[in-house]
Amino acid sequence: MDWEPVIGLEIHVQLATKSKIFSGASTRYGAEANTQACDVDVGLPGVLPVLNEEAVRMAIKLGLAIDATIARRSVFARKNYFYPDLPKGYQISQYELPIVSRGYVEIQADGEEPKIIGVTRAHLEEDAGKSVHEGFASMSGIDLNRAGTPLLEIVSEPDMRSAKEAIAYMKTIHTLVRYLEISDANMQEGSFRCDANVSVRPKGATAFGTRAELKNLNSFRFVERAINYELQRQIDMLEAGERILQETRLYDANKNETRSMRGKEEANDYRYFPDPDLLPLELDERYIESVRAELPELPRQKKLRFMADYDLSAYDAGVLSSSRELADFYEATVRASGSDPKLCANWVMGDLLGALNKEGKSITESPVSPTMVGALMARIADNTISGKIAKEVFEAMWRSEGDADAIIAAKGLKQVTDTRAIERFIDEVLEENAEQLAQYRSGKEKLFGHFVGQILKKSRGKANPQQVNTLLRKKLKGPSS
Amino acid sequence: MAAPQAGHDLHQKTLAELSAALHERVVSSEELTRVFLDRIERFNPILNCFTTITREHALAQAKAADRRLKSGQGGPLTGLPIAHKDIFCTLGVKTACGSRMLDSFIAPYNATLIEHMHDAGMVMLGKTNMDEFAMGSSNETSYYGPVKNPWDPERVPGGSSGGSACAIAAQIAPAATGTDTGGSIRQPASLCGITGLKPTYGRVSRYGMIAFASSLDQGGPMAHTAEDIAMLLKVMAGFDKRDSTSVDRPVPDYTARLNDDIQGLTIGLPKEYFGEGVDSEIQALIDAAIKVFETLGAKARTISLPNTHLSIPAYYVVAPAECSSNLARYDGVRYGYRCKDPRDLADLYCRSRGEGFGAEVKRRIMIGTYALSAGYYDAYYLKAQQIRRLISEDFKKAFEDVDLIVGPTSPTVAFKLGEKTDDPVTMYLSDIYTVSVNLAGLPGLSMPVGFVGGLPVGLQIIGNYFSEARLCNVAHRFQQETEWHRMRPEGFS
Repeated sequence: MDWEPVIGLEIHVQLATKSKIFSGASTRYGAEANTQACDVDVGLPGVLPVLNEEAVRMAIKLGLAIDATIARRSVFARKNYFYPDLPKGYQISQYELPIVSRGYVEIQADGEEPKIIGVTRAHLEEDAGKSVHEGFASMSGIDLNRAGTPLLEIVSEPDMRSAKEAIAYMKTIHTLVRYLEISDANMQEGSFRCDANVSVRPKGATAFGTRAELKNLNSFRFVERAINYELQRQIDMLEAGERILQETRLYDANKNETRSMRGKEEANDYRYFPDPDLLPLELDERYIESVRAELPELPRQKKLRFMADYDLSAYDAGVLSSSRELADFYEATVRASGSDPKLCANWVMGDLLGALNKEGKSITESPVSPTMVGALMARIADNTISGKIAKEVFEAMWRSEGDADAIIAAKGLKQVTDTRAIERFIDEVLEENAEQLAQYRSGKEKLFGHFVGQILKKSRGKANPQQVNTLLRKKLKGPSS
Repeated sequence: MAAPQAGHDLHQKTLAELSAALHERVVSSEELTRVFLDRIERFNPILNCFTTITREHALAQAKAADRRLKSGQGGPLTGLPIAHKDIFCTLGVKTACGSRMLDSFIAPYNATLIEHMHDAGMVMLGKTNMDEFAMGSSNETSYYGPVKNPWDPERVPGGSSGGSACAIAAQIAPAATGTDTGGSIRQPASLCGITGLKPTYGRVSRYGMIAFASSLDQGGPMAHTAEDIAMLLKVMAGFDKRDSTSVDRPVPDYTARLNDDIQGLTIGLPKEYFGEGVDSEIQALIDAAIKVFETLGAKARTISLPNTHLSIPAYYVVAPAECSSNLARYDGVRYGYRCKDPRDLADLYCRSRGEGFGAEVKRRIMIGTYALSAGYYDAYYLKAQQIRRLISEDFKKAFEDVDLIVGPTSPTVAFKLGEKTDDPVTMYLSDIYTVSVNLAGLPGLSMPVGFVGGLPVGLQIIGNYFSEARLCNVAHRFQQETEWHRMRPEGFS
């Protein structure tokens, strides 16, 4: 039987507010344990939450960016359960009335057509603390620095039909929240986390199969692997005539498998009810519009603009708009070069990203600035150097040997365009290759390329290749010397 | 009972009288504070109304207040002693909330209300006993043992602010703070023969007030007279950015309005408050009080609050539901009681909470957990919230026709210790006239209007939202005409 995967994702995005969602404590990552947990975060008797407006603005930004409905009235509820890293014994979250609902994003999986994925809702909530198991004999430590950090939980529709689509969706959301500057979306530090709801059904069926919720998917790679493992597990079970249980499963990256964590029966009854300490959040049109006015150009808009303004292919425009920093770098390069945007695109995507990847650096850590790359592009465009020499200049810039002009001057890499100088190289080469010249004249015309290579080599790459071509051809056609 | 001789003994005076004495330099705050501290030492062993006495703290505050008064910087409350219900967090001072769970808890911060009192220059004598986590109507659920009613030490003082009411009645504190979730200021005020006010929900910050039922809890003042209440409320009230449910609205000068004319005021008497449940002698005292209002020019008329009978059931769903969540933080992990040698996490939770909480608290946590459970939420919690709206509507409609609503605060006078402890439902019914005010978020004041069998009887005045000035005014005008608020129990002179 042909099986169709059905996948929905719940993405937890840690919002980049300075202070926590319901207290004034800092959200900075990596501080010493419990030094960023104030009275409210610790859940002392008598303390009360006060909503951080910045978190609200960020949630609205996401909502506007995915064309969602922004609730004029949303409600914070308490999700009650006991856990040592949950100081109040409940998590404040939005349940029945979330701030964002019914949006969508367009994704494009590698080599596939663009596809619309629905976003059911996005709601604000507070994060819990962390249990620390190392360094405490027969006990666990509790670090509440993270407790109260604002999260936006973005829940998709079950619209994805492959792990590849799930990754594409996840990357789209990842790019979007970084564009909006509402999260650093750092997966290692846990500020971008994902759970996946996975099921399969016979191709053509309309009803959904029983789903498993996969947890602990903390990298793009793991999400893909975990989903693929789980899909195969479910298909194998169904084909063996077994039934799928609704359960929560944990992904083990070391063994690349998913394991049952708890079944439906063991699921908590969270006893949600509206938090009486917080008034319903009411937003008026004016407020929402004031947030809209702060929205940056979004990835999709930028991509389309790159295609239109710079005549880039959809692929190139997609790569260059995949992060705000890369897009800004590219556009600054184009401005500095004052020349061909396509040439700039090739260099930024090719040599620059290649060099960055090799050293594991991000675009913001690039040792060469857009101004420097732009100046280099200008020298290619005005024929001061060839593309080949430009690679040498780029490498020198990367090693911080100066800007393009300084390197060209210092290394004498300026292209030779003086006809007489080039003719001298030609003469020397033909003299040194008398035998090949004879063969050429007797009809072995392939040797033309050999001569060009020798001449360029003699000029140490500086001779303008086009000029070499023209002058050599002229020479060989002319009266033999 | 005996009426005090005027101006004789400091402890018998009202806050307003003591304030005058301080400002006239007849007495210093330190002297005054010592008078009350000595009385606490003398009478607390009998009454058990204080759980913590902050002697050093009080004397330091009194000395500071004296400096302030001397320099002419003192306000009306500067240098006046006060007792705080042990539900308010007090920096560096044990804040146990009547519970073994918090027996070891030293609060690391001050509640907003406490800050306001400190800033006004008031002197904290100590923390008063209360029902555990404010759950009770008799002060018998306290981990620190029951409080005795100064009018009859075999009887309860009411609850949950029983310690505060008792301390004022026995004149071992001239004023106190209380909190009122279902009647916890008004009922003990009634049973102890003092004046107490539950302000409009949102009028006084809840920050630092240990939560029982967040949508109902409200802190307020307790004292001998309406005039004292007005002075205290002026300082307690106000918007607090740390409490999202506090209301940003100017605080009026309650004292300035005390003598306003009440000519033509309409007083509503809900027929549901004067039914068969009320003792006939209590009824007679309420009728007599209404006559006093009428001689002052007010008009009384019968009204109806048809959903009153639903208030107790609705309250006993909403309050336990919220408490079951509010008290989840007491888990033995970060502070408070932790059981000995827990075997594992479940054991830590079960025994810490099992041993740390008393029976009434556990009962309410169980009721509340049940009411919020999947499958029961709609039938209980949601239904109770709907009833709550009906009750608010009743009041809204009533206030279209009348200015104030008046009735008994409690259906009975103080009952005997142990009389109702085995029958929670009977105990719950003693809140019948007070809980609907909390459900609607309205202000309510209780003041003494006479005695039945030597025990005080309280009259409740309910006003529209933010009508505290009117409540104090009406009560003050009444107290100008009567002596009930000047009565003091024997044995505490």
